[in-house]
Amino acid sequence: MRPGYDIPELLERFKKGQVSAAARLITILENGGIDAEAVLDGIFHMTSNAYRVGFTGPPGAGKSSLIFRLTKKFREKDKKIGIIAIDPTSPFSGGALLGDRIRMQALSDDPEVFVRSLASRGSLGGISNCTDEVTDLMDAFGKDLILIETVGVGQSELEIAEKAHTVVVILVPESGDGIQAMKAGLMEIGDIFVMNKADHKDAELAAMEIEDTLKLKKIADDAWRPRVILTSAKEDRGTGEFAGLIEEHRVYLEQSGLFLKKRRQILFSRVKNALMDKMERRLRASESVKNIMADRMDDVYEGRLSPFRLVHELEKIVTIK
Amino acid sequence: MSRKIRVLVAKPGLDGHDRGAKVVANALKDAGMEIIYTGLHQTAEMIAESAVQEDVDVVGLSILSGAHMTMFPRVMDLLREKGAEHIMVFGGGIIPEEDVEKLEKIGVSRIFGPGTDTGKIVEFINGRFQDED
Repeated sequence: MRPGYDIPELLERFKKGQVSAAARLITILENGGIDAEAVLDGIFHMTSNAYRVGFTGPPGAGKSSLIFRLTKKFREKDKKIGIIAIDPTSPFSGGALLGDRIRMQALSDDPEVFVRSLASRGSLGGISNCTDEVTDLMDAFGKDLILIETVGVGQSELEIAEKAHTVVVILVPESGDGIQAMKAGLMEIGDIFVMNKADHKDAELAAMEIEDTLKLKKIADDAWRPRVILTSAKEDRGTGEFAGLIEEHRVYLEQSGLFLKKRRQILFSRVKNALMDKMERRLRASESVKNIMADRMDDVYEGRLSPFRLVHELEKIVTIK
Repeated sequence: MSRKIRVLVAKPGLDGHDRGAKVVANALKDAGMEIIYTGLHQTAEMIAESAVQEDVDVVGLSILSGAHMTMFPRVMDLLREKGAEHIMVFGGGIIPEEDVEKLEKIGVSRIFGPGTDTGKIVEFINGRFQDED
């Protein structure tokens, strides 16, 4: 049997630092609806600019393993860490196999590290729809640094760029020609490019190729120039330097004033996206839209009415002043 | 959005054979559940802490090493300590008949032996949670 929940009581326990309360509140955020809104209302004022780092890259590149190594490094500096690990939901069964914890198990006895696995649940951007809210919750829970691992991505799953202060793209030498294909998408969002599996014979060459690609990009003199670094998560090589680069990027953002700007951008796009979602849901549920479509689609089928013309008619019943 | 059943599948202790655990995890996924698979060589502490952080409804433990009479009670105790006694615990693996009874007495909801049809496990879990939402 699943126990019911009482949001005010959970929020009380959350404020006292109880992990079980934080975990249940995340579940409520994941499930969406009015309860999720109440949870966000209850914690949003407690968020305090925790630093958000997004990790993306093809499946099997070593994202989870590197996050594990990085967490160890940041823990040496006493940073409190939240990890959000996202894996895909099956579009067929609606189920999901969330396996990122396998590489992070040695963290589960550290009370200052909170790992939560999320299923993407139908979101197509490589993250879950509730990623922002879960990040807020970990922030409000007192985490200094929140590491967000996207589902292994290819070209189009770039939403993480709208959520994170620093975007890390993790690649491996085997990506080979795959890197070419990714240039248009991933290559444009990374602040740090990691060539993992440095023990591989082609690793250095592959890292140089990335450097070359990045050189083609026009970057202002005082802007952040994306960096490339070789690591081996397996042998824990290059990971200290990697942690240092993330810190360097954070300092850059703060000193250039971009940190605040980025925070504003993140919140601005959140409000916009949430509004769009809500409007879309209302439109989908609208009886009058359904009725007009039931009436008029035949005209479209028969070629008497163009799709755009019907949309004009439908627009008339939507009133936005 | 309706709530999904979340299940943690773990291999406590030292045996390194996780075929069974993977088969079960996969079957539950195909039945629409969200499975957190934590892999091999887990301590009871790791399992209980992961279960709490992940806010799962169910924990499934696969034990082939003979350590079940230590591992199950330890996980159950830790879950209780962490205020998570509502989590349903089930198990699988090589577990003698007389121990099955003892485990069920301490609150393990069901032990599924070798050769169990995975459909039975799905049905069992769904049965526990279907009258809600």
